[in-house]
Amino acid sequence: MSKDQTIGEALRARGVSRRGFLKFCAATASMMALPPSMVPVIAAALEKASRPSVIWMSFQECTGCTESLTRSHSPTVEGLIFDTISLDYHHTLQAASGAAAEAAREAAMEENWGKYILVVDGSIPVGDPGYSTIAGISNMDMLLETAAGAAAIVSVGSCAAFGGIPHADPNPTGALSVRDLLQQYGDRKPDTHSAVYTAHSTDVDVKNKPIINVPGCPPIPVVITGVLAHFLTFGTIPELDELGRPMAYYGKSIHDRCYRRPYYDKGLFAETFDDEGAKKGWCLYKLGCKGPTTYNACATTKWNEGTSFPIEAGHPCLGCSEPDFWDGGGFYKAISTSTEDISRTAVYAIGAGAAAGVALGALNRAKKTRAVKAHQKVGIDDLEKDG
Amino acid sequence: MQTQTESGCSATPGKVVTGNVIPLLHEVRHALQQLLDSGQEMVIDLRSIPMGPGEEDRIAEQLGRGEVQARLSALGPSEVVETRYPGVWLVTHHNNDGEIIGKFIEVCVIPRLVTAQHEDIRAGLQALSVQLAE
Repeated sequence: MSKDQTIGEALRARGVSRRGFLKFCAATASMMALPPSMVPVIAAALEKASRPSVIWMSFQECTGCTESLTRSHSPTVEGLIFDTISLDYHHTLQAASGAAAEAAREAAMEENWGKYILVVDGSIPVGDPGYSTIAGISNMDMLLETAAGAAAIVSVGSCAAFGGIPHADPNPTGALSVRDLLQQYGDRKPDTHSAVYTAHSTDVDVKNKPIINVPGCPPIPVVITGVLAHFLTFGTIPELDELGRPMAYYGKSIHDRCYRRPYYDKGLFAETFDDEGAKKGWCLYKLGCKGPTTYNACATTKWNEGTSFPIEAGHPCLGCSEPDFWDGGGFYKAISTSTEDISRTAVYAIGAGAAAGVALGALNRAKKTRAVKAHQKVGIDDLEKDG
Repeated sequence: MQTQTESGCSATPGKVVTGNVIPLLHEVRHALQQLLDSGQEMVIDLRSIPMGPGEEDRIAEQLGRGEVQARLSALGPSEVVETRYPGVWLVTHHNNDGEIIGKFIEVCVIPRLVTAQHEDIRAGLQALSVQLAE
């Protein structure tokens, strides 16, 4: 597929009829959370839009974000959007590795300096850069260098957006999100850099590059491609909230859009995972649902081609699209409750002469032991981390 | 039919009513009136509205099926079904694997996607001319 083709031309070359193109635009509008009245505008813009170069870099991550995007069977709308971009570099998907892969990245940077989209998944180890390097280049150097020539940066997944699980306490690698890293180290020249960077990087303001955060663990695939589609269609970044997330997807809380919300309003809650309330589909707030404090599109866009989302499957929202969700005090504790019985924890801590974290672990283990002895079912408290 | 308890929530275990079905049908009624009065068309993206399990099906049940059903093959199949209320269409787009990629209620004389598109007519004319010249 020629890089000079417009998206309309690229789709026609694939045998897509105008009718198919309009269907594609209708699904894209839905994916971008735009009203259906925008379909003609999207069709006109996409017809003429050029295929942007995309450089995708993966740092401290689990590949879940790439899996989320690519595991759909083609041709989905996401697949078509993905096909219409010029994905010039992707650590995980490309066949090349080492110096050959880096040469491809540098070639894409040279050819599209100032115009390419940089997609990042994973956080960046700053405390000890040795935790994650690619072709001998630290993640920080690679990001600083590649960000310099990007038109915009898309931080895909909670790790890139907020640090994610690598950033969770005690953050052994000194992990930072893309935004934090560029804010703190954007003035720094990377220790290792290519000739492309040397030739172009004068007067580049890396600190203030537009960054779109697309958090989630992983993010919903259509949200990832919806952000790319927005850039393709309008050539601008979408409206963002204070955490850099697109308002179209992260503007409403899960709670506000949840189909179980009427039960919350009526005070009807599931108290355990198998009580009558759970069977009747009542609100999961008391089982630790983080829907009220979590902003994402799961409740309407849903997962697996719109089939369902965690709450519909009977599990509380973990709040995975919010900063530091891993350290939020327990997935199965209601937002309104304290994280532990402080007085009993203190007794453990004094008695054992140990740190509070050890005491919490002992407390939880004691609960489990009692449950096993009494042949009780394991309840939600037992699902808490051992500490 | 789903019955509602005094609390306004579902009385049937495992089924949840968001309360969005009836307001949506009112929205359709308003759109239909507007179509009649001014020719103004409207499209509702069903994926933008919170729906409980089975609620999309309940909307389809309420709208019923009318006289026209069309099946398109363009980037996967699409179904265009006129509901029992003429001018109200239920449009469902699938990809080639049969997965639903979009579901809309269109209030219009005929959904635009059903009509032949100028670009396709031009391409068809060219193809027919080539065929006849052979």
